Amino acid sequence: MSATEGSAAAADAQAAGPVSAPPQQRQRRTISAEDTLLSVRGLQVHFPIKSGVFVDRVVGWVKAVDGVDLDVPRGSTVGLVGESGCGKTTLGRSILRLVEPTAGTVTFDGIDVASLEGEDLRQVRRRMQMIFQDPMASLDPRQSVESVLTEPRRAHGIKRDQATTVPRLLDLVGLPASAANRYPHEFSGGQRQRVGIARAIALEPELIIADEPVSALDVSIQAQVVNLLEELQDRLGLTYVVIAHDLAVVRHIADVVAVMYLGGVVEQAPSDALYTAPYHPYTKALMSAVPIPDPVVEDTRERILLEGDLPSPANPPPGCRFHTRCPYRQPTRCDDERPALREIVPGHTVACHWAEQIHAGEIAPRASAIVEAVIDAEPPPSVPIAGDSTTTTLGPPPGI
Amino acid sequence: MPDPAAGHLLDVRDLSVVFTRKGRRDVRAVDGVSFTVDAGETMGLVGESGSGKSVTSLAVMGLLPKRGVQVGGEVHFDGDDLLTLPPERMRDIRGQDIAMVFQDPMSSLNPVVPIGRQVTEVLERHQALKGGAAQAAAGDLLNRVGIPDPTRRLKEYPHQLSGGMRQRALIAMALACRPRLLIADEPTTALDVTIQAQILELLKELVRDSGAALVMITHDLGVIAGLCDTVHVMYGGRVVESAERRELFADPRHPYTGGLLASVPRLDAPRGAPLHPIPGSPTDLLPWAHGCAFAPRCPNRVEPCTESPPALESTGERQLRCYNPLAAAEEVPA
Repeated sequence: MSATEGSAAAADAQAAGPVSAPPQQRQRRTISAEDTLLSVRGLQVHFPIKSGVFVDRVVGWVKAVDGVDLDVPRGSTVGLVGESGCGKTTLGRSILRLVEPTAGTVTFDGIDVASLEGEDLRQVRRRMQMIFQDPMASLDPRQSVESVLTEPRRAHGIKRDQATTVPRLLDLVGLPASAANRYPHEFSGGQRQRVGIARAIALEPELIIADEPVSALDVSIQAQVVNLLEELQDRLGLTYVVIAHDLAVVRHIADVVAVMYLGGVVEQAPSDALYTAPYHPYTKALMSAVPIPDPVVEDTRERILLEGDLPSPANPPPGCRFHTRCPYRQPTRCDDERPALREIVPGHTVACHWAEQIHAGEIAPRASAIVEAVIDAEPPPSVPIAGDSTTTTLGPPPGI
Repeated sequence: MPDPAAGHLLDVRDLSVVFTRKGRRDVRAVDGVSFTVDAGETMGLVGESGSGKSVTSLAVMGLLPKRGVQVGGEVHFDGDDLLTLPPERMRDIRGQDIAMVFQDPMSSLNPVVPIGRQVTEVLERHQALKGGAAQAAAGDLLNRVGIPDPTRRLKEYPHQLSGGMRQRALIAMALACRPRLLIADEPTTALDVTIQAQILELLKELVRDSGAALVMITHDLGVIAGLCDTVHVMYGGRVVESAERRELFADPRHPYTGGLLASVPRLDAPRGAPLHPIPGSPTDLLPWAHGCAFAPRCPNRVEPCTESPPALESTGERQLRCYNPLAAAEEVPA
């Protein structure tokens, strides 16, 4: 990806305007599974729990990430989903070595990132960038946008195209050129996130790790930023790891989704396969918990309700991590043996002893975990549903 | 379904809230909002940040500061106008007849007082329960909202509880006196989805069992879709559209409602379905005095939109504030 290509593409986009281009069914990129940009093997990140006033004694370990394997093909988007405390953010940070992994390897484009030191690490970091959740907190309030965008290049000694860098970056993320002299507080949340994205692409990275890129934004703004991320991926050939707790956003943006629970991946599959046929009980429960903005769907679907809370990662349950809340739990094996991630369908891996049996309906969930549909599938006759495209698919609303 | 012949439990008429500050322009946070809620009904207030939904609820509860705030209009609850009641009367009603659940359970619980003390305080103030009786009632309440081992939890402090537990404790406090109206202001926004599902299920059950009315304030259309009977969509301090839940989602008429629905990614949408964002941001407001606040972001804008504010017009159950609404669903080509 050269800078000249980028600015040519940007010039085209300028004519169309940053957000006014009508969104269309996106052409999915062809991704070769062999061309792996990032490969994570057996990654562990354990944080010590310290106690004592004068001498720090380590009294335990929080196993934030505990044995994760992940492959990210070049040009693809991998989504990491899970609830707070499942280790998704720590995993993202340890890939960039913003936190030191305890064990395991991170291979980026054939380079073992975990063993790099000093200048070599700096060189690799240029090719891996991060987008943070809260743009207000991740931008220096006293640094102008121009300074935010030129600093990374200065730090890495990139001299070329100095004059055109800032306008080109601003244009790529759909901000006016006049934004260069302004400060973060002068922008709205969505615009601030655009500045954060511009900073991430300033070094022309290959991999971007986006940690909750839209969750701090207003609902009507989230779609703008999601569309921008997709547009930049198409234009600049970026590879994304998107970390989010919002399953709908991840489903929309990711090619492959990995579901995490208590430091481990419990299920990984292509986005469509995961959402249409989830195997792991946790994935099933997680998806049935996501409210869908459609009363017809909400009233007619049956839901699995999980009991209790996430156990503490400092003291994870033995056996399957999920067995304490699992509505499909079977005696002894789930309590004693930690299930390994295994491939059930090509490209679809699950860490559950009973995945096939649950999928085939041979093991029923506990009745107390099931919330029945409010009404039967037949909607009341007075409500116009049949033939109304907006209720069944995400079509454009009439008139837009 | 509520009985339309009976008087409404809560009847808010032309509510307005203006924040004033010396040397600054007045901020009209809520501007002529009217709605009614009946017993057993769940009403949803949807809007983005700055739409005035939270301020509306604070005004109904009488929780806005007296200085620097001008509250106008009428809030009738069971025959009384809450805005004109003396503070002592209001204190009796608050917690007893109307209760509120806030977004962030950590900041709405007192960190240095045990959970049990905070729950019994409500019972002692309003129900004149004392000592052991209050303790037992508090234990029952925690049990009812699904907190296991309530006798132990009563002695614990908020930081010892998880986020979901804290929210349950807060709901227990709100339910302590069997209120007839519960106002929940983004009660699940700070929670994970599986916990959110638990809390929403709990709220549904409580409304069903106690016949109380629920006002649900949220920005999440999915939460509204599964929970509310009627929905009011707010923008820039005014209600722009309100309708029965199924009608609103199946047939949004205000461009803002339609835009919101089209911009939210859906879990059940086919992969690659494009999102249609609303351009601009919620801060790009036109003051209502000069036209429609949504006009700067509206794809359906016509000339009158920037000249004078559209009025809220009712057709049947639906209210709509728009000069150029979206076409009715029946006319949409498939």
